[in-house]
Parts: sequence; structure tokens; C-alpha cells
Amino acid sequence: MAETQTMNMIQALNQALDLYLERDDAAVVLGEDVGLFGGVFRVTQGLQAKYGSERVFDTPLAEAGIVGMAIGMALNGLHPVAEIQFADFIFPAYDQIVSELAKYRYRSGGEYPAKVVIRAPMGGGIHGGHYHSQSPEAYFAHTPGLRVVIPSGPYEAKGLLLGALECPDPVIFLEPKRLYRSAKRDVPLDYYTLPLERARVARRGADATVVAWGAMLGTALEAAIAEGDGYDVEVIDLQSIAPYDLRTVVRSVRKTGRMVVVHEAPRTCGFGAELIAAVQGAAFDKLTAPLERVTGFDTPFPYTLEEHYLPSADRVARAVIDTIEY
Amino acid sequence: MAAATARPRPAAPPFGILNDDGSCADEHKAIVSDDDVERILDTMVLNRILDRRLQMLQRQGRLGFYMTSRGEEATIIGAAFCLETTDPIFLSYRELGCLLWRRVPLALVFNQLIGNSRDLCLGRQMPVHYAFRDWGIPSVSSPVGTQLPHACGFAYASKIRRSGEVALAFCGEGTASQGDFHTALNFSGAFWVPAIYVIRNNGYAISTPESVQTAAESLAARADGYGLPGYQIDGNDLLAVVFALRDAVERARAGRGPTLIEALTYRLGAHSTADDPTAYRSDAEAEEWSRMDPFERLRRHARWRGLWSDEVEQASTQAWEKRITDTLTECERHPPPAVESLFDDVLEAPGPQLVEQRDAYLRYWRTKTDKPVSEL
Ligand SMILES: Cc1ncc(C[n+]2csc(CCOP(=O)(O)OP(=O)(O)O)c2C)c(N)n1
Repeated sequence: MAETQTMNMIQALNQALDLYLERDDAAVVLGEDVGLFGGVFRVTQGLQAKYGSERVFDTPLAEAGIVGMAIGMALNGLHPVAEIQFADFIFPAYDQIVSELAKYRYRSGGEYPAKVVIRAPMGGGIHGGHYHSQSPEAYFAHTPGLRVVIPSGPYEAKGLLLGALECPDPVIFLEPKRLYRSAKRDVPLDYYTLPLERARVARRGADATVVAWGAMLGTALEAAIAEGDGYDVEVIDLQSIAPYDLRTVVRSVRKTGRMVVVHEAPRTCGFGAELIAAVQGAAFDKLTAPLERVTGFDTPFPYTLEEHYLPSADRVARAVIDTIEY
Repeated sequence: MAAATARPRPAAPPFGILNDDGSCADEHKAIVSDDDVERILDTMVLNRILDRRLQMLQRQGRLGFYMTSRGEEATIIGAAFCLETTDPIFLSYRELGCLLWRRVPLALVFNQLIGNSRDLCLGRQMPVHYAFRDWGIPSVSSPVGTQLPHACGFAYASKIRRSGEVALAFCGEGTASQGDFHTALNFSGAFWVPAIYVIRNNGYAISTPESVQTAAESLAARADGYGLPGYQIDGNDLLAVVFALRDAVERARAGRGPTLIEALTYRLGAHSTADDPTAYRSDAEAEEWSRMDPFERLRRHARWRGLWSDEVEQASTQAWEKRITDTLTECERHPPPAVESLFDDVLEAPGPQLVEQRDAYLRYWRTKTDKPVSEL
């Protein structure tokens, strides 16, 4: 057994970056406040001291500049890891991500792959209001040429981030900030990667399938466990939003005949819509109830009424019972 | 740990009026009348008390978040002082002093900070993200710099509607690195609008010192590249702020175009209640800047004029403390906003998807609570 240590997601991500910077001389870390300060969430703490300020550095306050510069560095042999302070502040860089990063490989006939990892804390649950809470995964999943990955705990965070860092493609790596310090797990101290395109069955069950990612995985598991009525719920952690592991989801839904997708982002055109469309095509003959979604509302993310906006375990459990008793 | 220094010393000292001992040249006294010196000091007293008390309230868990402006009040209140209430101020987020100068009722400020049912914005935004239309304060947004082109557009509307407003926008020196800053200044020059941009150069963007933002010694010098006047001033010198802003307002009002002002100041407190500045800067630096505290400097100046005795300051402090305590007690009694309000104002009227989501959620919520829906 490899040596493990109990750690939170911040420590796990910090370790992943540390191990990768050590292994790959071309890796650099850039972003606002990531250097001396170690990031506002302290994910990059200690890295500048260890690897120097040429490889781990603060940038001026301009996300378009951060991502644009990262692309340029990648074109000339570096492997940049850019931090966007909050996923809500990624939009000044949207053009660089969507028009440039996502298309560089394709439009150059493969001559110029752009290997860039963009890390950004996402999601609600910290009373952050409109601009410190959003879940933008669907915007990026709707852009061919990007990978979108969201870990659900410290073990997944370390393995998936190392997987993303090794990956030759651009990766938008969204970190559920609500879990940063709350979830603690035993995590191997060694270098390990998790495959980027594989969903994980987090709980086995036969009566219904719940699919979630990031912080909503915990909510889904809580709902599954709260199911006192003897229902047996399978929970899948999608982990990678783009591309996504339809096979694992379909295998589960063909077994249970029911699916509930949970996400924090607004409902309309959320990633649940894509999953439901794909699953109904691949499991139509086995479905026993309409495929359901429990999601944020089609409103901006609120401040005071956050608890109402965020899917709760109770709402998820209701949706599960509704589909089972359909 | 080696802490950063905020900025290299500019080659030439910024424009200033007040001397260290509080005096100034006689001809400069008229920049601000005796009465106004006292009114501004009184607002600064209120601002300081609020910063201290609201930060404490946040520590006690009674507010979710707060940002102080201690050390930057001369720039913030001095700029507001030069405008009419019909002139919009596009805030970044650290300019409570503008609301105080315009006498936005304290209750409305507290209701926003608490995010309760009496908040004009219905508790939708984080604390300090104010919007007070009646006082010329458009809605504050977190993504930094987005407000700057809005000021240009507002000013353009003022120009072609001949409605006479001058638009003022604030940002920090970190925000001056954003593309929106460039766009706002370039557009403002291109359309020659009555807009004024004030950079509160307080040395830091969270932990990042100004020296990381730019190789330039002066941000004001950028104005030249956009074809507009730019001035670097001592932002802790109230008279210098008023002198520069008044000139900019007069020119804008007379159709003589936009201005960029870089006010050199210092953020004496933390970036926000989520920040710990000891991790990235030295106490010595903050102490040095405390000696240039804009409140102390204006007080010294007032004394030099024979104004603002200890008794007056004490009376002001006590009056505000009491008003604050009473108002807070009142505001903390209001319940959170009604759950239904979550679904309003997305569009003028909700679309069918949102109507369905709202109805389903309220049906669900009714099973969780005894209250009639109208009180939810
Ligand atoms: C687009 C964007 N990126 C990042 C942030 C996070 N952030 C909030 S305030 C801040 C620093 C702003 O510094 P400055 O403009 O100098 O203003 P100051 O806070 O010093 O008043 C940062 C990086 C943000 N709000 N918006």
C-alpha cells in the first residue's frame, strides 16, 4: 500500500501541482495572487518559494491576458497552468478560451496543439452571490476543443488534476470551492493520475440512477442514503463533463430504468439537458419513467436566498421517489 | 518573509496642496470652504466608524462580507464632493464614502449589507454591491472594470440628450490592467464624452503590488495615449483631490471632454474581510502610510484654519455612533426577502420555463413550511 495522508482538496491540489512542477520543467503556474501569496484559496502556496518566480508568478489583473499569454507560452514549448481566481471571472478570457484555445489545434491542422490547463474555483454554497458562485461548465462543454473536468473530493482532485496536467489538450479544471476545506480524505502521497474520460460509480443501486458532479455529488449521495423507503439508488460521479462517459451512465440507466441529473447551474441548457437527450436515445427501451433534473433556477445566482436556489438532498430525494413511483 | 513594496517612488512627486503641518498657501484655502471642510470631516468620521463597526459585525457573523476603505477617504469623498447628485458615480466597491456624502439613508446601506427584505436589491447581491438609483449610484458588479465603459456610455447619452450629467467612474490600479479600462478610455476620447475616471491607486490588488501590474511609473500618463488629459495627484490630500476633480468636472460640463485622474493613496486595511495583508506586506510600510492618513491630514488642516475642535469631533462621533446603533438594531430585525422574489426581475416578466420552475419550487417549499406563500 502506498503511503496516504488525510488531506483536504486544497492540499490535494497543491500536491498535484507540486509533483507536476517537479516532474515537468516546462510547467509554469500563473495567475492573480498565485505567487508570493499562494492564491486567495492557497492552492499554490509554497510553489513560488520552491520553483522560483519565473515558473510560478503573479500576473497583472486581466484574465484575457492570463489565458492569452498561456496560449502563447504553450505555442513555444511551455506547459502553463493558469489560475482564474473565481470561475465567475473567467469571462473576460472567454474570447481567448473559446475562439483561440479551443480551436488552435484544429485550425492549424494539428500543427499547434495548445496544452493549457485553466483552474478555477466554481459553484455556490459560500454565500458568494452572483459572482462568486456560478457553475459555468455548460458554456465550455458547448465549445468543441476543450476538456472540462470537475472533481468531487480530494482523492479525485489530485488524480484528475495530474491527469489534466499530463493531457495534451486544453483542460478547464473547475474546482468546487465549497469542498475546498470541508471534505477530508485519505489521499496517496505519491504521483497518480485518474483517467479524464471516466465516470465513477460512487454508490451501487438498482432502482434509480442519480448523476452528479462536483459539490452536487455529496448532495446526491446524501439523498441516496436518506432513502429510508428501501429504495436502492445508484449514484454516478460524472467527473468529466467534456468529453463525457456516456457508456457508464447508460449501463446504469439500462439497469435501473430511471435517471435524475443534479447540477447547480441553471436548468435551461444546463449539462443535464445534454445527458438526458443522450441517455433517452441509448436507453429508451429500458426507461420506466421520464428522465428528471434537479438544478439551479433560470435566474442569476442569489445571495440571501442561496439555500433555495441550490439543489438540496431533500429535493433530489423527492425527484428520485417521483421517478420511482411514476 | 520578504514583503513586497507597493510601488516604486514616482520620479516627480504627485500634485499636492496640503503641507505636512496642515497649512497650505493662502490662495488655496478657497478650494474648500470652512463649512465644507467640516462637513467632509464629519462624513469621514462616519465612514471610519462604519468601517470599524461593520468589519466587527462581519467577524461576529452578522454580515457575510465587508470591505473597508480606510486610508482612501479623501479620494472617495473628495470626488463625490465635486459632483451634483444627478451625476452618476460608477463605483468599484470600495467607495462607501460616496454614498455617505450623498446621504443615502444608513438604513438602506445596512439593509443591502444584510441582504434583507428591505434591501432595495432584495438580498440578491453580496454586501457592498450597492445600487441606489435615486442617489445616482448604478449597480456595483464584482468582475472588476466592467463599470468603466458604462460610464462612457452614460456620458455619451448625457452628451447627445444634452442632459448635462458628468459620469464619474472609480477603479483600483489593479483594475487598470483590464481590457475594459483601455476600452473605456479609448472610447471616451474617441467620442469626447463628459466622463471622469479616477484610479484609486492604493498600492495593492489583493496581494499583488502595483509593481506587478505595470512597468510604468504613472498610470495617469496613459491618458496621453488616448488623447485626453491625465493627472497624477496625492490622493490623501483632500484639497488636491478637489482641485483636480473640480477642474475635470468643469471641463466635462462645458463639453471639453474626459479626464483620467490617478490618485496615489494606500489601502490601510485588508482587501476584504476574507483577506490577511500580513501575509504579503510589511507592517512598516502600512505604518509609514498611516502617517499620511487623509483624515489626520484634513483634521490638521482644519485646525490650522481654526476649525474642528476636539469637542466638535467628539460630538460628531457620538452622534454617529448612536445613529448607527439604532439603525442597525432596526435593520437586523427585518426578515430575509420573500422566497418568491428570487424569481422576479430576470426579465421584465418571467418566461414560461421560469414560471414553471417558480411554481414547482413554491409548491415544494409550501410543504416545508407553515407560512402562507405570501410570507415565504
Ligand atoms: C474580473 C475579475 N477578476 C478577479 C477578481 C477578483 N478580485 C476582486 S478585487 C481584486 C483586486 C482589485 O484590485 P484593485 O483594482 O487595485 O482595487 P482595490 O481592491 O485595491 O481597491 C481582485 C483580483 C474580480 N473581482 N474580477
